[in-house]
Amino acid sequence: MLRLPRFSYLRPGSVTEAVEILAEYGSRARVVAGGTDLVPKMKRGQIEPEVVVGLSHLEELRRIEKANDGGFEIGACVTLAEVATNPALQSAYPGYAKAAALVSSPALRNSGTIGGNLCVDTRCNYYDESYEWRKALGFCMKKDGDICRVAPASATCRAIASSDTAPAAISMNATALLIGPDGQREVPVASLYQDNGKFYMTKSPEEILVSLHMPAPGSWKSSYVKVRSRGSIDFPLVGAAAAVQMDGPKIEACRVVITAVGPQPLDVSEAAAALIGREIDAAVLEEVAAEAAKPARPLDNADLSYVWRKRMTRRAIEQAIREAADVA
Amino acid sequence: MSNIGSREILRISVNGRKHELLVKPYATLLEILREDLRLTGTKHGCEAGECGACMVLVDGTPQLSCLVLPGQVEGSDITTIEGVSNGSELHPVQRAFMEHGASQCGYCTSGMIISSKALLDANPSPSREEIKEALSGNLCRCTGYGTIIEAVEDAGRAMA
Amino acid sequence: MTTIEGESATDLRVVGKSLPKVDAVGKLIGLTAYADDIELPNTLFCKLLRSHHPHARIISIDTSPALAMEGVVAVITQDDLPVKYGIMPTSEDEHGLEGEKVRFVGDPVAAVAAVDEETALAACRAIKVEYQPLEAIESIEHALLPPSDEPIQDYAGPGNIHRAGALEFGEVDEGFAKSNYIREDVFFYEGNTHLPMEQHSATATYVGDQLTLWSSTQNPHYVHRAMAKVFEMPMSHVRVIAAPHGGGFGGKADPFSHEVAVCKLAMITGRPVKCTLTREEVFYTHRGRHPVLMWVRTGVSEDGKIQAMHFRTALDGGAYGSYGPASMLYTGALQPTTYNIPAYRFEGVRVFTNKAPCGPKRGHGTPQPRFALELHLDKIAEDIGLDPVELRRRNFVKPYTRTINHLRITSCGLEEATEQVIEASGFLRRKKSLGHGMGFAISSYMCGAGLPIYWNKLPHSECIVQVNRGGVSLYCGATDIGQGSDTVLATVAAEELGLWPSDIRIFSGDTGLAPVDLGSYSSRVTFMAGNAALQAAHEMREILVNAVAEKMECSPSEVTVGEGKIGEMTFEEAANLAQEKLGVLSTRGSYAPPKNIGGRFKASGVGPSPAYSYSAAVVDLDADPYSGEIQLNKVWIAHDIGRPINSLTVRGQVEGGVYMGLGEALMEAQLYRHGLHKVPSMLDYKSLTFMDMPEVETYLVETIDLEGPYGAKEVGQGPLLPVIPAVASAVHDALGVWVDEVPITPDKIMRALDARAKGREGRYGPKSFPAIPYPTIVKVPPFDASSSSF
Repeated sequence: MLRLPRFSYLRPGSVTEAVEILAEYGSRARVVAGGTDLVPKMKRGQIEPEVVVGLSHLEELRRIEKANDGGFEIGACVTLAEVATNPALQSAYPGYAKAAALVSSPALRNSGTIGGNLCVDTRCNYYDESYEWRKALGFCMKKDGDICRVAPASATCRAIASSDTAPAAISMNATALLIGPDGQREVPVASLYQDNGKFYMTKSPEEILVSLHMPAPGSWKSSYVKVRSRGSIDFPLVGAAAAVQMDGPKIEACRVVITAVGPQPLDVSEAAAALIGREIDAAVLEEVAAEAAKPARPLDNADLSYVWRKRMTRRAIEQAIREAADVA
Repeated sequence: MSNIGSREILRISVNGRKHELLVKPYATLLEILREDLRLTGTKHGCEAGECGACMVLVDGTPQLSCLVLPGQVEGSDITTIEGVSNGSELHPVQRAFMEHGASQCGYCTSGMIISSKALLDANPSPSREEIKEALSGNLCRCTGYGTIIEAVEDAGRAMA
Repeated sequence: MTTIEGESATDLRVVGKSLPKVDAVGKLIGLTAYADDIELPNTLFCKLLRSHHPHARIISIDTSPALAMEGVVAVITQDDLPVKYGIMPTSEDEHGLEGEKVRFVGDPVAAVAAVDEETALAACRAIKVEYQPLEAIESIEHALLPPSDEPIQDYAGPGNIHRAGALEFGEVDEGFAKSNYIREDVFFYEGNTHLPMEQHSATATYVGDQLTLWSSTQNPHYVHRAMAKVFEMPMSHVRVIAAPHGGGFGGKADPFSHEVAVCKLAMITGRPVKCTLTREEVFYTHRGRHPVLMWVRTGVSEDGKIQAMHFRTALDGGAYGSYGPASMLYTGALQPTTYNIPAYRFEGVRVFTNKAPCGPKRGHGTPQPRFALELHLDKIAEDIGLDPVELRRRNFVKPYTRTINHLRITSCGLEEATEQVIEASGFLRRKKSLGHGMGFAISSYMCGAGLPIYWNKLPHSECIVQVNRGGVSLYCGATDIGQGSDTVLATVAAEELGLWPSDIRIFSGDTGLAPVDLGSYSSRVTFMAGNAALQAAHEMREILVNAVAEKMECSPSEVTVGEGKIGEMTFEEAANLAQEKLGVLSTRGSYAPPKNIGGRFKASGVGPSPAYSYSAAVVDLDADPYSGEIQLNKVWIAHDIGRPINSLTVRGQVEGGVYMGLGEALMEAQLYRHGLHKVPSMLDYKSLTFMDMPEVETYLVETIDLEGPYGAKEVGQGPLLPVIPAVASAVHDALGVWVDEVPITPDKIMRALDARAKGREGRYGPKSFPAIPYPTIVKVPPFDASSSSF
């Protein structure tokens, strides 16, 4: 049986206490909520904390509350299943709820949390392997080594952003509340990530993501399209979240965020802005999607060829916009 | 930290029986069930959350025991395959699996039955699509899934 | 062999019914103890240290740091296992633990027994192995080049060739000369693996010179032989017990390193030793589907009749022999069992590469050529403007004939199976539309290999039926790997003795308890063990009937058997009556295939079978013309089962075969990169989930084979075979492009679409077939009909 290495498990009584523990242990500690990402990675020796700090028992992190601005405050330890099946969230943020519903398989959504999914480790099939496998190949810069195996000339790790919910949250201008030793700060979800597969999050290791703030949807309609090999279990090969505001048949505003095509989710709304003021037709959409997909840089570190994934980025963008705008 | 991984007390209820166990904090619920409690009906095919063989109910919700740390289930009620039948009387899901030949080698069966039971407890007359979705994290290499879908439909009717 | 004549389905009480499996309940309540569920008192846990190099000489192994660790009880290396073994007598090339060189990443070099797995793993990591890396060979083409340092196996021929064969039946050149149309194609079938849900596990004890091994094995008989050989012990001191089995599909059919290791460690430590593989290790243990490159050339007459066929294969065998010699020959053996090929030339080769060894997976060596052959015929049909179903029908073999390669065909439901799926699916009436397609293909498979894996004259299957204390026990070495073989044996005995299958106690898969059965491979159990059980049970029936007749003072023919009664007596009364009179009530049955079912030429051992099953399939799918993504809509499959012994388990096998075939067709692949298995996990080795599996409509064709038990034939492997080419054909039907390589993934379809858009051939697949140094062709004389009834 594949087993975990040794660590101690701490159950802080509050977020404040959890932050204190993280401050004390620094990089030797890791927080865990559902464990669906961390546990297999610890079993494979990709992450080796001495202390694992449990958060899922903290009631303060498990609430879905109406926010003052008409939006929602969703605690980091709310499960993906809860979000996927919550009628109020489904109605206000169909793209976000759909993204949550498309994460892995039902049992993993029962355990996995929205905070965990926003922070989910970047993936790479040179990295998501056992210690023995990585030793046989030669370690990579994300863990124990010094080069990127998929892009040896790259100065940074090119592991793939794999959160389904992050692009959907970004497309709705969501913000995340972080609490650290220096207090709390609220940042756009978009700014949580950076173009580096190893240091893929901008937050410090001592900070805990405690909640997600989804602004009032107003007239924004949203969707999320996930490309994967199978109808369940799999991580995205490409993901595209779209949010639109319509003025009759015309697009009034449009945001598009793509994922799994590089180390961070990419906001490609600027390219998608070409749709503003226009009706959706196939030719226009194709042209805009092609432009919006340009920053996608899939590499040979996931299933199927990167050429195919690059082309599917366009398709995913087109479909996400169509779904969001409710145009067949 | 000194004594990394030193054992801790875990209080859980398994199939209605309360346990107070001294466990490794880094042993998964799967290992605790199989090795500490010798409830080997819960199987393991990957130990990484990829196959569904180790599915158990944690407070009524299907979860993969290979991903669950003891610290996460302190005070929880766990149901394993050994707790599904009523004494020697098979649960309707088990009976339907038997009658439809939905268990071949049987290695995925515990997990399939746990997922199916959870589905039917929440929704006694699921559509085929709902059944597929609910079981979509449980892999089976023998049946081709068709007989399992039929068994779950049938069990739902029996439970209604 | 007992022949039962004149029975129609209505005469049969339990045979053919949809009854629950006899071992179902234990699995449903979580009580059945699979190999890893067994834990004997005082058990030590074993882990294997595996090579990190694809190909390297071992300079030294220092186990002392491991031995010094607290909790470590023993460490072994090749020094402890000097005797080589291997499933095929001609390829005994494994030590269990390698000491001179390693040949793939994952090759075991040492084994540790410790108080727990955590300690054993830490101890493995403490062992110091010094390697001198050698060039790693990852492809067939690379293997054939002169090695830059040394060949992978020292017994291989030049070009790392493990085995090669070249046979010609009939006049092939003449056949091509008189053909009106000739076509050549090249295909590639990527390797894939069994992916049983259960990881391999084994526990051994050594008590008073008796070695006992519990293992998740399909073939306890061959494992028994291997252990006796490796440990130079008499067979009588070794007992192998096949634990209840969590899925085999061919992947648990060899003797394995972990089995050898736990036995040796139990012998050293005197304690039970257990080893359970991780999922990653299962990918290294493998013995799955060979990657095969294929070239085929066929000539047909104006009306589409095959005149000659030339088939070339090259198998990527991985690092060890395994079943390789047989696998190689199987890529050429069964083509003539579906189509009447008057002249046939086959050239095959298996090369060693630095990958996990390949071996038998469901369909052993035949899904690859079946994929190639069926697609090749589709292309010929398209070229000559003939409907692909009609082309095939014109070439179907006929029942009770002899193939050009000397194989005896008996019952054959090819016509009926084809008719069934063509009608049910509306294949011939399908509407053409871009993105929607249907594909059709057929196949055949063996009901057990005609010859055992090692030469011996023993029966292939033996069975004892014992009546004692009013009940029936059946002993047979056959191994239930989930396919339901215990249920088949119980059903046969119940039918004969007027009982229910659940009334029969089955003792199987235990070499210390039950007589010989060769194992659960080559789809042999229903036919062979079924016949052995039928003979033993029938004889027992006669004993009981005679006892009752004597008591009742009537003729035995007046004594009816059924509903738990023998004549007017309950079964228990009758059993006690006979036992009082005769003492121990024990009957025997045995089965060996007839002698005349194959030819008598070198390499004729592969292909003969006492009967062949036949399958036909239609696949309906949508293929996206932009992305190449495939949505499976439905599969219709008809299988010539002879007669089902249990309709429930037969359906399970058919649909399970379809499932596995669809997985191979669309996504399953054992890929390598930089000398390593690319993705050894269940997440990244893709297999179909509930969401991906279409509806399957199953039809059973009953041809009542004259030699099968109650007319039964195999079902475990055959139904997988037509599915893969039917998928490829349906993709072509939907999009007009050919993907001549399995698996047919969306990116390959996109490449074919792109090629067509650029004005090139709308195809993805291998461009050419390499020059391979096949041996000189052996021209086999025609079958001597005087030695056979037909």
